[in-house]
Amino acid sequence: MITKRIIACLDVRDGRVVKGVKFVDIIDAGDPATQAARHASEGADEIVLLDITATHEGRATLLDTVRRAARELFVPFGVGGGIRSADDAAQVFEAGADKVSVNSAALADPMLIDAIGRSFGAQAVVVAIDARRDPEAADPVRDAQVLVQGGRKLTGRRVVEWAREAEARGAGEILLTSMDSDGMRTGFDCELTAAVSEAVNIPVIASGGAGTVNHFVDVFGRGKADAALAASIFHFGVSSARSLKEDLAKAGVSVRLPC
Amino acid sequence: MRVMVIDYKAGNLTSVLKALRHLGAETDVTDGDLAPIERAERIVLPGVGHFAATKRLDATGLTPAIRAAIARGVPFLGICVGMQWLYAGSSEAPSQPGLGYFAESCARFSESKEKVPHVGWNSLEVRADSRLLAGVEPGEYVYFTHSYKAPVTADTAAVTHYIEPFASAVERGNVMGVQFHPEKSGATGLKILSNFLHREGTK
Repeated sequence: MITKRIIACLDVRDGRVVKGVKFVDIIDAGDPATQAARHASEGADEIVLLDITATHEGRATLLDTVRRAARELFVPFGVGGGIRSADDAAQVFEAGADKVSVNSAALADPMLIDAIGRSFGAQAVVVAIDARRDPEAADPVRDAQVLVQGGRKLTGRRVVEWAREAEARGAGEILLTSMDSDGMRTGFDCELTAAVSEAVNIPVIASGGAGTVNHFVDVFGRGKADAALAASIFHFGVSSARSLKEDLAKAGVSVRLPC
Repeated sequence: MRVMVIDYKAGNLTSVLKALRHLGAETDVTDGDLAPIERAERIVLPGVGHFAATKRLDATGLTPAIRAAIARGVPFLGICVGMQWLYAGSSEAPSQPGLGYFAESCARFSESKEKVPHVGWNSLEVRADSRLLAGVEPGEYVYFTHSYKAPVTADTAAVTHYIEPFASAVERGNVMGVQFHPEKSGATGLKILSNFLHREGTK
């Protein structure tokens, strides 16, 4: 039976893992390669490294980080942040990533999705969407808006429609982050996740808002998510992906155990 | 152990090479040079993406070279599309023939309420006499990402259930294939690759 995936996410800046809530109080949380290996050995089904380095010089550091992290990692490994072209993606794949996620660059030039998919296969392209409900709209969920720049800027695109376009262009998965929930620890936006998951035939990874095990149970049930990103929950009481998955199994969610 | 990894320009080989080297294999890569196939002790055909990409194997002359190596008894492992290529063909690219080592053809998952592609960790029902999957216990999981699949037949080494039962591994003599990605399937995947590298005998 297919299982729900728990994806451990590492935010990386200048070659170091950082953690913080809504980009404030960012503190150093170690070496990405060490952290990636630890999460894999503690039961994560997949590892994602999100580079939040804003500078051009940071690219070389990122590739070195990806190379080091990939060396001893034998679970799927995704990399996102700052991938602006098919060439950028090719370098990240060459360094050892299995998937790349693209966000604002794909919105600026949707053909980027087609280009990466053609060269590396649809399974290698994850389109990341930062979403916010539109309280003004008749249907705030169906009409949720796509944001860029860490949730500061509206794009004029609607989330469901953009997810469908991404799929049609050859995206293999959608990584959906609710900017309303992100960092709040009040639960995933299950309505929004379900709306996107029902609109496409590719897996949807839910992100933003996890604070308790029950939030994961909810998003896999009501939210119809295929996978969920776990980041800060590991800083707040849940000790590992394994312990999270053991609790999910008790709640009737199908997960990869033992792991 | 010298492993020849076939590059047919359909995606990234880094992960497969890394896993084989981690297990102590020496790896060579060919994208058309036939000479190295002669001295290969193992051949691995990875593959992600579209069945049509296997056309390159015909264009470069790799298809007959691989067929000859298989006939010599060199153990062969196809991964994902590389497994599907062992069959007569796939409805993904009807005009492109496969190797035809297994007589059946691959087809897309049936329409259902489940998503296609099948992406994620799923379990294996292993045939008891499989050498490739020796030591894989019930309840172990491997990582899949695919939309097309091979049918269950007498050569099937493992069955997985998603929408319908399909062949997640195939094995006859020295020819083996896995629909999942052993290089991305944690300790279980490394065990399977290790079985492939260390199996005794050539037939």
